[in-house]
Amino acid sequence: MIFDEFDPKEDKIFRLIDNEGQVLNASLMPDLDDEIIVKAYKEMLFARVADEMAVSYQRQGRMYTYPPNMGQEAIAVAAGLVIRHEDWLVPVFRELGTWLAKGVSLKEIFLYYMGNEAGSNFKNAHHVLPFSIPIASQVQHAVGIGYSIKLKKIDEVAFTFVGDGGTSEGDFSEALNFAGVWQVPVVFTIQNNQYAISVPVRSQTKSINLAIKSYAFGIPGIKVDGNDFFAMFLAYKEALEYARAGNGSVLIEALTYRKGSHTTSDDPTKYRDKGEETEWAKADPIIRLKKYMDHKGIWKEDETALIEQYRTEVDKQFEEAEHFTPYQLEDVFQHTYVDMPDDLRRQKLEYEQFLTWKENRK
Amino acid sequence: MTLVQAINNALDIKLAEDESVVVYGEDVGVEGGVFRVTEGLQKKHGVERVFDSPLAESAIVGAALGMAVSGLRPIVELQFDGFTYPAFNQIVSHVARIHNRSRGLFKAPMVIRFPYGGGINALEHHSESPEALYAHIPGLKVVIPSTPHDAKGLMISAIESDDPVIFMEPKRIYRAIKQEVAEGKFTIPIGKAKVLNEGTDVTVVAFGAMIRECQKAMVMTKEAGISMELIDLRTIYPIDKETIINSVKKTGKIVIVAEAPISFSVGSELVAIVNEEAFLHLEAPPKRVMGFDTIVPLAKGESFYIISPERIFYEIERTVNF
Repeated sequence: MIFDEFDPKEDKIFRLIDNEGQVLNASLMPDLDDEIIVKAYKEMLFARVADEMAVSYQRQGRMYTYPPNMGQEAIAVAAGLVIRHEDWLVPVFRELGTWLAKGVSLKEIFLYYMGNEAGSNFKNAHHVLPFSIPIASQVQHAVGIGYSIKLKKIDEVAFTFVGDGGTSEGDFSEALNFAGVWQVPVVFTIQNNQYAISVPVRSQTKSINLAIKSYAFGIPGIKVDGNDFFAMFLAYKEALEYARAGNGSVLIEALTYRKGSHTTSDDPTKYRDKGEETEWAKADPIIRLKKYMDHKGIWKEDETALIEQYRTEVDKQFEEAEHFTPYQLEDVFQHTYVDMPDDLRRQKLEYEQFLTWKENRK
Repeated sequence: MTLVQAINNALDIKLAEDESVVVYGEDVGVEGGVFRVTEGLQKKHGVERVFDSPLAESAIVGAALGMAVSGLRPIVELQFDGFTYPAFNQIVSHVARIHNRSRGLFKAPMVIRFPYGGGINALEHHSESPEALYAHIPGLKVVIPSTPHDAKGLMISAIESDDPVIFMEPKRIYRAIKQEVAEGKFTIPIGKAKVLNEGTDVTVVAFGAMIRECQKAMVMTKEAGISMELIDLRTIYPIDKETIINSVKKTGKIVIVAEAPISFSVGSELVAIVNEEAFLHLEAPPKRVMGFDTIVPLAKGESFYIISPERIFYEIERTVNF
């Protein structure tokens, strides 16, 4: 298991290709067909295009606050390739590629960020929880799901994500502690994208890295180059197998860089310098995988045309979301309870009577 | 049965009947909980379904939500009222909301149970009555039994509810009341109050441990020739407005008895309901006999804080004679 070879205590980083797409460790390279690699690249590209367009829609005032995923596509797409239909995804909001792989539609994601909860009903995606906004609170849900899986003795695994900032929250530690004690099948990923809004990871922790936190809870941990698709893929593959075999949970720190802002509401130029951005740009996961494919000669498509096609697709889904049935009063009340209390019915009725009065007044 | 035994019995019945039910929390397994509510359940139903968790309230509740969305019906114990606050974020941000957030795709059929209230000379954070905090949160149901019979029936309903239920157990009467409780399964609907005593002069509304104090006060009201209607709320949310309003329409007077701090409380809500729905029937100002807006004092000062039957009688008499 690569987890044994890359000890977080020694601050080793598991990496398989360099920034130029050159293979660093051929013996560990995952055995992936060229088609899969091309597919992964396309998914990363699609996520990037969708993300850039989402930011632009937000700037046009057609969508509310949006958290960009740019730069973190290798993590999401690698997880998306490994995660199976029956596995659970307990996300935050920076795993676009994984949601898409699980069957969540872009339309739903857009709908959510347009302020409509209907976007959180991932009815075509199997075992995907809605986005969780309170930081790190979702990782505990994955642990509970893990307990269900273990109790029912079924072949499923829960994948959950948290940011580097989230590791400072008590919920993160509590969840990992429970996961360790209960020995449940959960794959934890810390997306260490270097910043929690404006606070750099060095102001977030005194630990030499975030993967080392696994030591405290008695589970394996590994620090992976999160911009290296192959390294992420192998880490996830081994994590899935480890969890499925009944060994319990693992913690993956995926070292990456958030290219955009935290959300469309903040301004990274205030807390990041250009030099850092330029340095990290060299490690961009999409460029690296493209360079790898070029070396191997397995990329044969017209990328410009492909991007154009993606843009059309994204636009189509965005417009579908824009034209979604307008929010109804019913939507406010319907799902607060499974079994709606009479008083809620009455509150709704009173408001309807007010609306009728207002209508007749015109 | 005592209240402790009745809840134990309800858990036992549901554990036996429904394999998706799991019971856990700090100390609930081997020891059977600090109040022994879960005693014997681990032995009977196994360590996989009745177990001790690490000590972390947020994770106890957060993990339960994960279990609930993935097909289990977890019943978690938080050891004391004042210890539920570390789990507040999970309860409010996730347990109460997952059904709404997912537009009905996921449900949270889970019970969060904990002992509450004062009167047992406990340490700090062990005597609080946070029912209004939880009743204020859309998406939650809040249940408080006052007798062993009700505790059993309400607990079974709570476990079977597809909505999350905060189940608050009046620790002061855990073992103070013994009652014949039917063997086997029965349920009491959530959201229905119970008229314990019919009367015509004043409506007294209470719940939990305060019911017993009100019953003691009733002995005094009888002697004083006051006909007191006593209502046990049983469910804090959804609150049974109908029973309260009908009673106040009959008596014209209401006294509310509860342990929690008086401001922004269940008492406040009941006064608002009565004012909105039965204002013209009122013959005296509604009265709340409740805790001070102070921290619950430690044992030596608790007697000032705890509501005595005398104080209840005193306020009832003043209201009736208004």
